Amino acid sequence: MTKYFSKTHEWVEIDGDDATVGVSAYATKELGDITYVELPKEGSDVIVGDSLGVVESVKAASDVYSPISGTIIAINKNLDDDPGIVSNFPESKGWICKLDNIDLDELEDLMTEEMYAKYLKTLG
Amino acid sequence: MSEEVLLETPLAAEHVALGAKMVPFAGWNMPVQYADGILAEHKHTREAVSLFDICHMGELRVKGRGSAQALDAALARGVADQKIASCRYNFLLNEKGGVIDDLIVYRISEEEFFIVVNAARRPVDFAELAKRLPRECTVSDESDRTAKLDLQGPLSAGILTELGIPEDALPAYYHFADVKIDGVDVLLSRTGYTGELGYELYFHAESAVGMWRRLLAFRDVKPAGLGARDTLRLEMGYPLYGHEMNESTTPVEAGFGAMLKLEENPRKFIGSDVLRGSKPSRVLTGLLLEGRRAAREGCAVLYGGDAVGKVASGAFAPSLERAVAMAYLPPELAGDMDAVFEVDTGRVRIPAKIEPLPFYKEGTARKKIKKT
Repeated sequence: MTKYFSKTHEWVEIDGDDATVGVSAYATKELGDITYVELPKEGSDVIVGDSLGVVESVKAASDVYSPISGTIIAINKNLDDDPGIVSNFPESKGWICKLDNIDLDELEDLMTEEMYAKYLKTLG
Repeated sequence: MSEEVLLETPLAAEHVALGAKMVPFAGWNMPVQYADGILAEHKHTREAVSLFDICHMGELRVKGRGSAQALDAALARGVADQKIASCRYNFLLNEKGGVIDDLIVYRISEEEFFIVVNAARRPVDFAELAKRLPRECTVSDESDRTAKLDLQGPLSAGILTELGIPEDALPAYYHFADVKIDGVDVLLSRTGYTGELGYELYFHAESAVGMWRRLLAFRDVKPAGLGARDTLRLEMGYPLYGHEMNESTTPVEAGFGAMLKLEENPRKFIGSDVLRGSKPSRVLTGLLLEGRRAAREGCAVLYGGDAVGKVASGAFAPSLERAVAMAYLPPELAGDMDAVFEVDTGRVRIPAKIEPLPFYKEGTARKKIKKT
């Protein structure tokens, strides 16, 4: 499965007709230990750039923007009790939500892992 | 944005080598955290012992005939009645009773005092003290040549005894002693900003790197940054200048009214008339928030939907696994333990209740050291 990244540091992984979304390892490292995650509402429709919630660290808070349009079919409820999962496994067990009704054409506006790595270098 | 020129402590390169994330703080380039992260550093301080680079803070020395009496009139708490070799938390106030700085006075001798001040306030404090002291007294700024390391945590006393300081030579809570560590003269005080048993070490800046490495060589000692320092002090309800206090906040509002003994003691000091003549319109109060989500500085505190106060500091409190905040509230609400407040983050309203300070009640700061 291929992962795609947004300029605002979300990742999306496509599995058939569904997408899983989370926050990149780079972004979670920049934020520091995650202490709270505000999850989106299951069943809600989002378009690219809509807020999916917030991740908070001891020192900061950061919005999570949807890298893809769709309907939220699952949220990672484990993060309510243990938001540290996002710090420790940002691009696997620390996923934020899953969507269906996605539009694969939107992936063209996102970066591949390789492109994202190059993009991070430009951020210094 | 203009490039801010940041000052560096003698340990800046040590921090970078340890993987610290450096951030600007009060004009200094300081470690906010090391590789382990704020939560781990916080926990380590509560359970073992952490080492903090606090070289950015200022140290002023006042001496000469009449120093005790002059400081007594210049500062909000008594100085003349302070015992030699003791430390006292104190305030430098303006004429309106506002806090120019909160500081700690060390009485070295009858007429000599060492005063530890906030980094950002050092020039203001120096100028203000110079103005308030008579000609026979001198005030000198020793900050640049003074290193300050904070060794904080329940195991800190054991580290110092391993360094050759006999247990009975360790100072008691809010006292200090002159000791030698590896041949270096150290002013060692049993003080700190974490709520744990801990010590602050003052010595010549040229020994900073050596002392830092010597202390970190102990397996139990780990470096901790300003991020953990902030969550540790917040859990204890300790104020941070520029957040809980500034020139338009009085120490009475900040919760130190009883400490000033305004009624019992007729002592006059700069700001005393205003403090005696008025009742505070707001009081610094601890708030325990409903979950893990934090409220930040400046968030409005609502009661029955009305904005009644403001958050001064707020964060996730790692030891409580809950978000906490210190907020200024009207006195008539500040004592109401049943009142349900909401903190408005701009995005959500978080329910909150008053919690007596400190939030974290298991601190070892005042613990007696066991004689072995």
